[in-house]
Amino acid sequence: MPSHAGSPAARPGEVAGVLRLLAFLILATALMVLDYRGGWLHALRARAEAAVQPLWWLAGQPARVGTALRENAVTRAQLAADNARLRQALLLTAARNARLRTAAAENARLRGLLDSAERARLDVQLAGVLDIDLDPTRQRLLLDAGSSGGVRVGQPVIDAGGLMGQVIATTPTTATVLLVTDPDHVVPVMVARSGVRLVVYGTGRSDALLLADVPLSADVRRGDQLLTSGLGDRFPPGFTVGTVGTLRADDSRAFLEADVTPAAQLDRGRDVLLLRGYRAPLAMAGANAPAPAGKQVRP
Amino acid sequence: MSRPRSGWLLPVSLLLALLLGLVPLPGLLQPLRPYWLALVLAYWLLEAPHRVGMGAAFALGLLADLAFGGLLGEQALRLVVLAFILDRFRARLRFFPMSQQALAVGVLLLNDRVINAVIHVVMGVPQLPWAYWLTPLLGMLLWPPLRLLLDALRLRRRG
Repeated sequence: MPSHAGSPAARPGEVAGVLRLLAFLILATALMVLDYRGGWLHALRARAEAAVQPLWWLAGQPARVGTALRENAVTRAQLAADNARLRQALLLTAARNARLRTAAAENARLRGLLDSAERARLDVQLAGVLDIDLDPTRQRLLLDAGSSGGVRVGQPVIDAGGLMGQVIATTPTTATVLLVTDPDHVVPVMVARSGVRLVVYGTGRSDALLLADVPLSADVRRGDQLLTSGLGDRFPPGFTVGTVGTLRADDSRAFLEADVTPAAQLDRGRDVLLLRGYRAPLAMAGANAPAPAGKQVRP
Repeated sequence: MSRPRSGWLLPVSLLLALLLGLVPLPGLLQPLRPYWLALVLAYWLLEAPHRVGMGAAFALGLLADLAFGGLLGEQALRLVVLAFILDRFRARLRFFPMSQQALAVGVLLLNDRVINAVIHVVMGVPQLPWAYWLTPLLGMLLWPPLRLLLDALRLRRRG
């Protein structure tokens, strides 16, 4: 390089340049060493970094804008998707709602019918089940309503399915119900189809009753519905008791017998209905004349 | 006469270069980030030697060190070396055709990488991943468009 370095005047400049370079190199190296070793430079550096903070903020700006834009776009897409989904859900719900309204209207109508029918014939009292005793020899329920609530011994007990039993004892706050499945319980019934009068016995099993002493000539078939006949003045006529199972010859071979599936849900449910309307006239009938009871029996 | 008119371009371009070095990039692209500051500084060292010299390079390097959070003085040293070399070969470089000029800039940037590596070794700072050795290549490719852009801005202002 020196051979063709140009005019001699350039030389001092070059030397000065090299010197300046060396000075800067030494300065930079010193800075690096000081910075690397830590020490007093740290405080200075912290202050200087606070000064360049705006630079960082500026540099981060494009990314921030980008993120915001992307988020915005994502949110818009999401919103659109959400909108479509919600619109569909709304449609579905509206349809369902319309159906429910129809059902509610129908329900109200039926309830009205039922109400009037019940009012005409039955006066019932709702009672909760406190305790269940489903021992083979003792099929009982304990209800949370007693004599102070108007419950009387002998009152029939039903549920939505049919006859459950009768009240056999009361205390002021509780009542004991003898279920139709109790071995001691007997219900006079008739076959709904043919009107044949029969008797159903409890078996001690909560899912079975026994239809016994059926004459061989009686018009009874498997699947017949058995209703209370009203005979014996204990139960009002017309309540479902159960469904006849397969008929078979009994031990004496002179009669038939069959298992009967109870219509009432004897081992389920938390509430039962106590029939009031039926016993009240009977109680009065007992006081006056047996005539009304007879009338009740006839149908 | 023309200097005050184009005066804004120099600081603004250097600031932009500084910011481009700071803009967060995804981790994978990080090594491919060109050394914008060196590129822009090189342009000004070539085109406006009366305004930027080793002193300016040193100051800019310090600022960049502060901003990048690196070893204080590292970039100052690298840029001062860059400034010195460019000052030495300015006359020849200015009249190189663009392709050769780009090649020279590439070599300069490679030299910068080497200095960087040496500093890291001497100071006991961990080395950068090997992918960082690609940045001179990228800087070389970026030189022609950058130079044309800055020329256009500067000369249009002047004209």
